[in-house]
Amino acid sequence: MIQLKKISKTFHTKTKKVHALKNVSLEVKKGEIFGVIGYSGAGKSTLIRCVNLLEKPTNGEVYVNGSKLNTMSAEQLRETRKKIGMIFQGFHLLKTATVFDNIAIPLKLTGVPKREIPNRVQKYLAVVGLEDKQDVYPDQLSGGQKQRVAIARALSHEPEVLLSDEATSALDPETTESILDLLAKINREFGITILLITHEMHVIQKICDRVAVMENGEIIEQGNVIDLYSEPKQATTKKFINSLFPSDLPDETLKELQKRGPIITLTFVGSSAGKPALSMASKKFDVHANILSGNIIQLKDKPFGRLIAHLEGEPEETNKVRQFLANEGVQVEEVSFDDN
Amino acid sequence: MIISKVIAFFDKWGDVIWEATLETFQMGSISLIISVIIGLPLGILLVLTRPGKSLENKYIHFLLNILINIIRSIPFIILLFLLLPFTKFIVGTSIGVKGVIVPLVVYTAPYIARLMESALLEVNRGILEAYEAMGIKTKDIIWHVMVREARPSIILALTIAIIGLIGATAMAGLVGAGGLGDVAYRFGHLRYELDVMYVSIVLLVVLIQVIQSIGNHLAALLKKD
Repeated sequence: MIQLKKISKTFHTKTKKVHALKNVSLEVKKGEIFGVIGYSGAGKSTLIRCVNLLEKPTNGEVYVNGSKLNTMSAEQLRETRKKIGMIFQGFHLLKTATVFDNIAIPLKLTGVPKREIPNRVQKYLAVVGLEDKQDVYPDQLSGGQKQRVAIARALSHEPEVLLSDEATSALDPETTESILDLLAKINREFGITILLITHEMHVIQKICDRVAVMENGEIIEQGNVIDLYSEPKQATTKKFINSLFPSDLPDETLKELQKRGPIITLTFVGSSAGKPALSMASKKFDVHANILSGNIIQLKDKPFGRLIAHLEGEPEETNKVRQFLANEGVQVEEVSFDDN
Repeated sequence: MIISKVIAFFDKWGDVIWEATLETFQMGSISLIISVIIGLPLGILLVLTRPGKSLENKYIHFLLNILINIIRSIPFIILLFLLLPFTKFIVGTSIGVKGVIVPLVVYTAPYIARLMESALLEVNRGILEAYEAMGIKTKDIIWHVMVREARPSIILALTIAIIGLIGATAMAGLVGAGGLGDVAYRFGHLRYELDVMYVSIVLLVVLIQVIQSIGNHLAALLKKD
């Protein structure tokens, strides 16, 4: 649905060149929710703005729904943009217009027949749950409600793709949840493909099917959310995932424990998250398992858990435990201190 | 006693003052309309030709800036005489209400352009981008988003411009265009009819107060936050 091929973007400031994007390629499939995560300055905002050419890439090609955007005339680009919705961190509504007009004015300006406009506005305000706010001005709305209006405005053009530029970053956690639920619903019910960028892991795990991690203008890793969570390869990806499993265990303690047996990380994906595998292992073998920290989170459609445990026992026995756990579908990895 | 004095005063001067008030309105409104027609597009052009904006063009931007600054450096009373030949060329005369409109417009339009520029720059760039992303034409974005969102500031800016304009019309008497300022000067100062001067000044004060109040009120109505 969206294809970015070898996109580069260089900004020229007075004193130097900034390479915001370096040879980035990305493909978003029809109907999926694709997330791009990175710290600020990673280039993710530039990346999403390249999809509808708000930012013209220095090099590379942009395809949306099969057509190439780079070589389009201004008129063709406008037509194509009508089918690419976009929502922003700052909502970007007209302050001087009512909720109704905020949706109706763009419809009018893009040539939707006058008779149809009120129906469309009402239909999509109902989708976002704001039917009763038609005549209110944006400043009387909460942040979450403003974002809902912005979503209704985007949906009212009946787009095939929705781009979300940090749409939940200005919202409190509870409102973020409800907006994410809404985005998931839109994806499900209207089949709209969503590309979103965020710096919050939470957003990725809650609604995304696939994810790309960006750093210094490059995509350093991408794949299914589950795969990336269970086997992150790059340091930055690991850092993002570790942030979900806070374990401030003091190094001294860990070193002390390590003398009496290995410290391991157990990663559970899907059905294995519900199994008492570790408890079974310690019953079966001559090993004492001591859980140091742990957490289970809910990914879009599967639970995902991680435990850090200390196995106390003879190496022979602890190895058996590791083998047993692996057979139970649990990923086991020994903790080494050097890489965090 | 006082009442009979007032009646006597208006018997004598009523016509003159009434006529002067009308002249002030006439000069003010005609010049204002023409100045807005010229100044608003210039203000928009100033914003759009800025670096990073959709019609970025440093030459046009630079030229406009210089031109506006030059005109704005010249006091109106000098401009009035400087423009005499030009005025005559444009409207065929350089005296009377007709003759003063040209210098008033030349004086006010660049001022309005500047005021419009700052009003339009207040509009959040993100909103413009959101509309660009929806596939909306630049001219529609200018009119339906930029100008629309800036309306409260535009109204306040116009209020300031109108008040400046009325100040300038006071000097129009020098080319025989009349107006309240002219009456205050000619009768009040030159012929030492102090009453006439005071009444003219009070009328000017009331006029300015009313205009400022209307401007504030309109801006508040349009502003929704």
